[in-house]
Amino acid sequence: MSVLIFVETADGAIKKSSLEAIGYGAEVAKMTNTNATALVLGELAAEELQKIGNFGCKKVLHAADKKLNEPGIQPYATAITEAVNKENANVIILAKSSLGDAVAARLSAKLKAGLASNVIELPNLSNGFIVKRSIYTGKAFAETEVKGEKKIIAIKKNAFLPIETTDQATVENFSPSINDKDFSIKVTGVEKQTGDILLPEADIVVSGGRGLKGPENWQMLLDLAKALHAATACSKPVSDLDWRPHHEHVGQTGIKISPNLYIAIGISGAIQHLAGVNSSKVIVVINKDPEAPFFKSADYGIVGDAFDIVPRLTKAVLSSN
Amino acid sequence: MKILVCITCVPDTTAKIAFTDNDTKLNKAGIQFIVGPYDDYALSRAIELKEQFNGTVTLLNVGLSDSEPIIRKGLALGADDAIRVDAEPTDSYFVAQQIAEVCKQNNYDLILMGRESIDFNGGQVHGMVAEMLGIPSISPVMKLDIDGTTAKMSREIEGGKENVEVSLPFVAGCQEPIAEWKIPNMRGIMSAKAKPLSVIKPTSEEVLTSVNKFQLPPPKGAVKMIPAEEAEKLIGLLKTEAKVL
Repeated sequence: MSVLIFVETADGAIKKSSLEAIGYGAEVAKMTNTNATALVLGELAAEELQKIGNFGCKKVLHAADKKLNEPGIQPYATAITEAVNKENANVIILAKSSLGDAVAARLSAKLKAGLASNVIELPNLSNGFIVKRSIYTGKAFAETEVKGEKKIIAIKKNAFLPIETTDQATVENFSPSINDKDFSIKVTGVEKQTGDILLPEADIVVSGGRGLKGPENWQMLLDLAKALHAATACSKPVSDLDWRPHHEHVGQTGIKISPNLYIAIGISGAIQHLAGVNSSKVIVVINKDPEAPFFKSADYGIVGDAFDIVPRLTKAVLSSN
Repeated sequence: MKILVCITCVPDTTAKIAFTDNDTKLNKAGIQFIVGPYDDYALSRAIELKEQFNGTVTLLNVGLSDSEPIIRKGLALGADDAIRVDAEPTDSYFVAQQIAEVCKQNNYDLILMGRESIDFNGGQVHGMVAEMLGIPSISPVMKLDIDGTTAKMSREIEGGKENVEVSLPFVAGCQEPIAEWKIPNMRGIMSAKAKPLSVIKPTSEEVLTSVNKFQLPPPKGAVKMIPAEEAEKLIGLLKTEAKVL
């Protein structure tokens, strides 16, 4: 019996959401009196691997195989299954992401493991294995019993605050036998913005709506985001109008985020938009319409003209740093 | 080309969620049910492909009889026939098993569904079905074209998109803008009534998760308004009071 944590990387670094998964997994191992092992697929620098020890997991399996550098749903599911068997793991922890969800689903069917996604707290083990997960796009929670001999838990961003220590991890090489059939999906091209903070990973998100009147007015929002080291997002009408790319659309049918701080500028706050952002810890709403429904869900509100207020906020951030 | 589209029957996106029976069941009173919005996109693309390749579209829903109006709506949009597995869809593994069983008996070229249901938001069923059938899975798909026996797709990734190619058959979880959203016309609505809808029993009762209790989030505290002329104060409050900067 042990806990296995699947660690996701992006641009040569461990994703922040995976550091949370490492901390969560180490804690579950403590609660169940077992050990936690982290699994890294693809090449990764030694100092990045050491972060896993810093966040509480003492053992790392590293498959430094070039073929695994680009994430693939099937090869990753195969490799994780082999690691689960090798470590005799009965609990598998990973961070919810577009890759994590896809891999977890295949893993669940391979291992016949109960899978709970969007989990927001440590499990309650007093009577079975019970987790709290976010459902109805953040409008409710479900206390869910995860059955089966093996269990997979996909945690939501910001569900667990890991503590950084100076603890070290031992790294063991791992060579899973991946089969050619696992590479049946051929990636022919990637169009990706680089250097930006990834929206689902961001601690602070600055978001704009139709109130900004046009894509040419986005610069002030980008400036505020840069000053705050924030990612940028937008409402559905904005991405439908092609003012901003689709991967920035947050809401019921877009990306669901749970940052520490969400700043909504010129967004009225339709229920479908709220569904994508209502797990944010603190919500700031800036809107010239005092009747905008979003103010009811906000922690801080400013009624005023975004074109006046946003540049002033950027200046205030820069002068306070 | 034989296409299977799996649809969910979920509360409308504007629905106010509440629970009943000691917080163990969704309170369905006053809630309008719809085809899952992501499933709707999958179905719309399936109908476009059916027209392009002279194929067929079968709808599949795992649900109780109250999801039949939703299935009829899908038939009105242009699907040819439908199957309902008569069971409550409470666990993704259970649902995936039902879908995989239908697929094993019918050899579909393409299995489409939404990237996730908007009730439990698991986003798991497509991957599970594909694994059970031993075929590739891909999600969330924003563009899907078929060229012979190869599909060319683009898939949303964090911060951008990825273009991929894969041979049929496979399972895809779909999202906008994969197709134009469709509204059924009168002829579609009339013909839907006569289209075959078969009801079958689930193949197994096995579930791997179960919900003990539902909960609503705690009510939000009052909003703190900052006058526009003192907007700069917000930054200080976010640092010292909210402690998020």
